[in-house]
Amino acid sequence: MEVCGGHTTSIHKFGIPSLLPDNIKLLSGPGCPVCVTSRYFIDDALECSRTENIILTTLGDLIRVPGTETSLYKEKSAGRDIRIVYSVLDALQIAKDNKDKKIVFPGIGFETTAPLSAAAIHQAQETGLDNFYILSAHKIMPPVMKALITEGVKINGYICPGHVSVITGTEIYKSIVEDYKLGCVVSGFEALDILQSIYMLVNQIEKNQPALENQYTRAVKKKGNKKALAMMNKVFETSDDWWRGIGTIPGSGLSLKSEFKSFDARQIFNPVERTESEEEKGCICGEILKGFKTPADCPLFSHLCTPVNPVGACMVSGEGSCATWYKYKREAV
Amino acid sequence: MSSNIITLDHGSGGKLTMDLIKMFTSNFGKNNSIEMTDSAVFDSELGITAFTTDSYVVNPIYFPGGDIGKLAVCGTVNDLAVSGAIPKYLSCAFILEEGLSIDELESIVKSMSKTADSAGVSIITGDTKVVEKGACDRMFINTAGVGFLQKKHKLIGSGANVKPGDKILINGNIGDHGLAVLSIRNSFTNDIKSDCAPLNNLIKNCLAVNDSIHFMRDATRGGLAAVLTELSEKVNFGISINEKNIPLAESTRGLCEFLGFDPLHLANEGKVIIVAGDGWKEILKTMESHPLGKESRVIGTIVDRYPGRVVLETEIGGSRIIDIPAGMQLPRIC
Repeated sequence: MEVCGGHTTSIHKFGIPSLLPDNIKLLSGPGCPVCVTSRYFIDDALECSRTENIILTTLGDLIRVPGTETSLYKEKSAGRDIRIVYSVLDALQIAKDNKDKKIVFPGIGFETTAPLSAAAIHQAQETGLDNFYILSAHKIMPPVMKALITEGVKINGYICPGHVSVITGTEIYKSIVEDYKLGCVVSGFEALDILQSIYMLVNQIEKNQPALENQYTRAVKKKGNKKALAMMNKVFETSDDWWRGIGTIPGSGLSLKSEFKSFDARQIFNPVERTESEEEKGCICGEILKGFKTPADCPLFSHLCTPVNPVGACMVSGEGSCATWYKYKREAV
Repeated sequence: MSSNIITLDHGSGGKLTMDLIKMFTSNFGKNNSIEMTDSAVFDSELGITAFTTDSYVVNPIYFPGGDIGKLAVCGTVNDLAVSGAIPKYLSCAFILEEGLSIDELESIVKSMSKTADSAGVSIITGDTKVVEKGACDRMFINTAGVGFLQKKHKLIGSGANVKPGDKILINGNIGDHGLAVLSIRNSFTNDIKSDCAPLNNLIKNCLAVNDSIHFMRDATRGGLAAVLTELSEKVNFGISINEKNIPLAESTRGLCEFLGFDPLHLANEGKVIIVAGDGWKEILKTMESHPLGKESRVIGTIVDRYPGRVVLETEIGGSRIIDIPAGMQLPRIC
């Protein structure tokens, strides 16, 4: 299983499945931040955007994700001040340039993007900026990788996320190998990186010696990026978090520490508490994220659920399993 | 989700744009049988006539490699030329925002005039409207154009003569316009310049060399992917494309990887896709001998397998389907 959405995209972009023998199958895991983000998080962001004097800034992918009733994109078209940014630091700049407005940034993503959100908050604090807020849905990787195994996903090894590992280092996967006897190879994103990672996992499986290996040595170090980790740990603390299609996983989310609550959109704009409900009828995003099924098994796939009219979040993000299948693989040729 | 209001996706050249076009043609096209391509091609008292119109709203109005004026001339000239026509006359209509500097307007007008001269077309009529501040973004330009074509070129716009075995040619690097505009909008520093250029002279040379051209289209919004998927659906043949033959500048490739964009979906403003039969080698040679076609390549073949699908052979020998982009990859780029 490749956990990272970036890997899913690369795998299909390079046409790797068409080159693999029948006995090697790649499953796409829950590593696309948009796909695992709850519909209620979108509702929270929408609620923030409806507050007076707000500019909601968002990464492009999130804008199309359906909430329970509408999406940021539809609200933008209807006239809300919702702006696409390429980085949280762009959102910070908007805050500096619009001191009379309140700027909210919905923070999604894993250990890759969380340090940037932390750095933005740190910078806002240093410069005395009091109109910048983060709505955090940041998450961390290891708990979900373990939860999938506990839930009984049938895989023989993990292709571990490259960009997350640049920040965290490789050690975070150690307990997966030790406790669950499952091979972990940290991989880069080029075609040869992925093929080599598959080869390394196959070798481990053949020898029956699950191990933690680093294929992406040109970017990933054992201890990771200490500065980024320190920044992340300064601002965020772990909390229980809801993963779309999977449910609540203890200690898998990142919330702002209490000393940074003045930057916490959840504290300031206080969106209502919601209880998570089931997915749209027929949508099997959860089963796909867990690796139990592929998009081809979904009754909605490619006719009722398409990139233009996504039902589940996996169809929204360019890195989502369903969108990737739709784009690259709809029918075997 | 976006079925009842216009979103930016409707202007992206992807699936939602196609839905809008269907709505327009079902209302406007009831009483005529004109083939809907980049230009309308019809018999008139003046001979076989091509007629087209396009509006230009690019933001910002100046970008590396061009400006909104140059774009407004090139876009309309190219829409006529890919229909097999020799472009002749253009109209131009300006919608100007209150507060725009007249010097700036004149510099755009001069740029239009220079581009029209180089393309050998005349701008012969126009209109000006001024709207309140905020009602448009500095300036929007509409141009319409008329050209004339020989009878034997009448089916080029529709691709009716396309058949398996035909080769697919392109005159150079893809994706540069889309990324040049994106880069200036986001203050990215790089050397990527828009490919914005009038293609009519290159196309005229190709049409003169032999009669093997079966289809032409300029790859603008929606990129190379949109042209190929539309063609494959229209002619109901498969298209096989080889990734390693698609010309792509290193800087464009790099920025695409960084931003997660597919260069096949990025806009171009000076790229023509030519589908040619037996005489394709001479066409390729003619393209290569033109300054706008030095990097011309054969990128693929029309095949009788997988009708209506475009399949790309990847650089490592795998295969994947190429699809029309669903919606906006970049907002408002042409």
